[in-house]
Amino acid sequence: MEFVPPTLVHRVLCADCGTPIEPNSANLCIPCLRNSVDVTEGIPKSASINYCRNCDRFLSPPATWTIAQPESRELLAICLKKLKGLNKVRLVDAGFIWTEPHSKRLRVKLTIQKEVFTSTIVEQVFEVEYVVQHGQCPDCTKLAAKNTWQAVIQVRQKVSHKRTFLFLEQLILKHNAHKDTVSIKEVKDGLDFYYAHESHAQKMVEFLASVVPVQTIRSAQLISRDTHSNTANYKFTHSVQIVPICKDDLVCIPAKQARSLSNISPLTICSRVGNTVHLLDPSTLQETDVTSPVYWREPFSALASVTDLVEFIVLDIEPSGVVKGKHVLADAEVAPANSFVSKSGNDADMDMDSHHGSLDTTYHTRTHLGGILQPGDTVMGYWLTRSNFNSTAFESLDSSRIPDVILVKKSYPNRRKKSKQRNWKLKSMAKEAEEGAGINESGGYGRGALGRRGGLDQKKVERDYEIFLQSIEEDTDMRAAINLYKGQSLRAPAVSTNEMDTGKSRAAGSSKKKGMAAQFAMDVDEAPAGAADASETATEDGRGRGRLPRVKLDELLDDMEELAIHDEEE
Amino acid sequence: MAVRLQYENSSDIGVFSKLTNTYCLTAIGGSTNFYSAFESELGDVIPIVHASIAGTRIIGRLTAGNRHGLLVPAGTTDQELQHLRNSLPDTVALQRIEERLSALGNVIACNDHVALVHPDVDRETEEIIADVLKVEVFRQTVADNVLVGSYCALSNQGGLVHPKTSIQSQDELSSLLQVPLVAGTVNRGSDVIGAGLVVNDWCAFTGMDTTAAEVSVIEAAFKLQGYDSSRVIGEMRDALIDNWA
Repeated sequence: MEFVPPTLVHRVLCADCGTPIEPNSANLCIPCLRNSVDVTEGIPKSASINYCRNCDRFLSPPATWTIAQPESRELLAICLKKLKGLNKVRLVDAGFIWTEPHSKRLRVKLTIQKEVFTSTIVEQVFEVEYVVQHGQCPDCTKLAAKNTWQAVIQVRQKVSHKRTFLFLEQLILKHNAHKDTVSIKEVKDGLDFYYAHESHAQKMVEFLASVVPVQTIRSAQLISRDTHSNTANYKFTHSVQIVPICKDDLVCIPAKQARSLSNISPLTICSRVGNTVHLLDPSTLQETDVTSPVYWREPFSALASVTDLVEFIVLDIEPSGVVKGKHVLADAEVAPANSFVSKSGNDADMDMDSHHGSLDTTYHTRTHLGGILQPGDTVMGYWLTRSNFNSTAFESLDSSRIPDVILVKKSYPNRRKKSKQRNWKLKSMAKEAEEGAGINESGGYGRGALGRRGGLDQKKVERDYEIFLQSIEEDTDMRAAINLYKGQSLRAPAVSTNEMDTGKSRAAGSSKKKGMAAQFAMDVDEAPAGAADASETATEDGRGRGRLPRVKLDELLDDMEELAIHDEEE
Repeated sequence: MAVRLQYENSSDIGVFSKLTNTYCLTAIGGSTNFYSAFESELGDVIPIVHASIAGTRIIGRLTAGNRHGLLVPAGTTDQELQHLRNSLPDTVALQRIEERLSALGNVIACNDHVALVHPDVDRETEEIIADVLKVEVFRQTVADNVLVGSYCALSNQGGLVHPKTSIQSQDELSSLLQVPLVAGTVNRGSDVIGAGLVVNDWCAFTGMDTTAAEVSVIEAAFKLQGYDSSRVIGEMRDALIDNWA
């Protein structure tokens, strides 16, 4: 056998301990290098991280609170952010070492590299222990101190109905103006919107001023003040009062004011409410705008409103040739509609003269609805001869010049009685709140908008909502301002009746829990619907059906949320 | 015998001093300790000269020499040259050379018989080196470094070279120099041997940072204190074989 010497490996002695090593740039063996330099110098070996036990979030420096699962990437990022000296070294690897959750300790194993001498990179593995300090984040502190809002907007309209707010709700939803709202609370005659920051509230006030005629008063309450830093903490209150004149209201302006408003006749109806009030004299088609400052200089109130409308039948109509926009001036002969239904049987060929009292009289009046009325149509109007108004402005009018009847809008009695299933629906802020964080029993928190005050005004809200829905169907201008969504009948034809009721009767289900709302809806909705169906079959003659106002399909939007949660409902 | 010392808090004593078998140059400095350390070892044997070259203190890097002569760069003033001539023994030849690579200590490594030079020095310079220092001149590199003076230290007994010098080139250099060579470090792992170590046939001076392990290698390599270099190398081989067996 031949001795084969091993190939000589070039070695030098380690400068510190004298062990033969392959020469490296420090010419030290690895243990000696480790002994002589500590690359983890300047990196703390223990640190603390803050945890809010109410909302289960970790403080991500400097000021954000984020949700992070144990041993997750997010938590690791938070942990690494806490280490000061890490920017001076190269982080190669980091990972959690399992710890008992109740120990309130997190252990992170780090592998770092650092250049120690010229072109000598040392890699080192070490552990950092974190103490999880339980505490309360500023959000939870605010919540605990019931100091959740900084600004409130008190929107009020001193009228007996809620329709303006129902419309406002749709406008807010369309423009997403409630984005920053902390909570919405219903109070008498209006809503309170709460905001975490004054700037959000101001934005909302400006939004309101741009869509409805309002008067705004801003006030501030001093909560605390620091004289050293010269800062103060205020709570702001915006009182926003909406002009109490609604669409189709009868308005009697004092004569002096009427003269200043382009000399319009004192007795007018409100044709539209944008961010100004539009008044229309139906007998001359003269129109005028009342801006909010002009209104609040000398406020006037509505003489009669939509609930005072009486149904008339058009016997004859003769356009007089004056046309202004969509209004056509016409002379109309009308009779109260209930004079026909009071008799049984053959309504159509009934003799007027056989009636007694005021019911059988016919009235001649001038109307702006000449373009849409036909003989035989039903129309809603104010019956002034039968009304008793408590208004000095009205009394000062020349009684001989007051018309007996002022027609306001065409009505569709067949459709109304039938309580048809609508092929569209509206969203509501209340619904969003129910799906979201949930509201407590008293209804004090959460974001439901209307009908929050329990059974007291439930029926009223529901009636207002129905009128509101009808006015949406009849008015394309109003439809254009809000978002309509495809209803359930369009999307899922085979839903149970119970569900359809729930979907339809949104008015009932705002603050109450779902089950209760459904039950309530069945009580209210089904009874009149059944009764109407029974009586309808006889009176239905197809006359009004062709002209029923329908919302066209291309006006409707798909409701993405509903599609998603449909399974849960069943 | 290896002595550890420092020059004004610097361990790179090879920069500030030059040691041969017949003379020693030290830099002019604020502290006398450096000079005293040489004097205590060499005082009664060879002259120790305070000197500056071209007005600088880095005399170890600017000059090259052995027992036969001393080479100084072109920047050396006449006054400095005169001072050196007066201080050095008459047997030592002194020569100022016009060389582009003026840091002669970095480009020339020599003992009394052989010199390794930077591959790029002038042919004339090479001849002058051969004449003045009475040596054979070889153009060489040490561990692929052209600055042969910086990366090795030589005496007539042995030599210490850059730690990354491969065994083949160690053998090659060793056969040129006819002395055994050891790869090692000074000043706790520093590979610039020439800057950290000055050596002659019977004593060595190294930087203050040099560790005991390095001193033992130096003493073995230069056969100081009765060490036999073959024994040291044999020990190293044994350790290697142990390590790999």
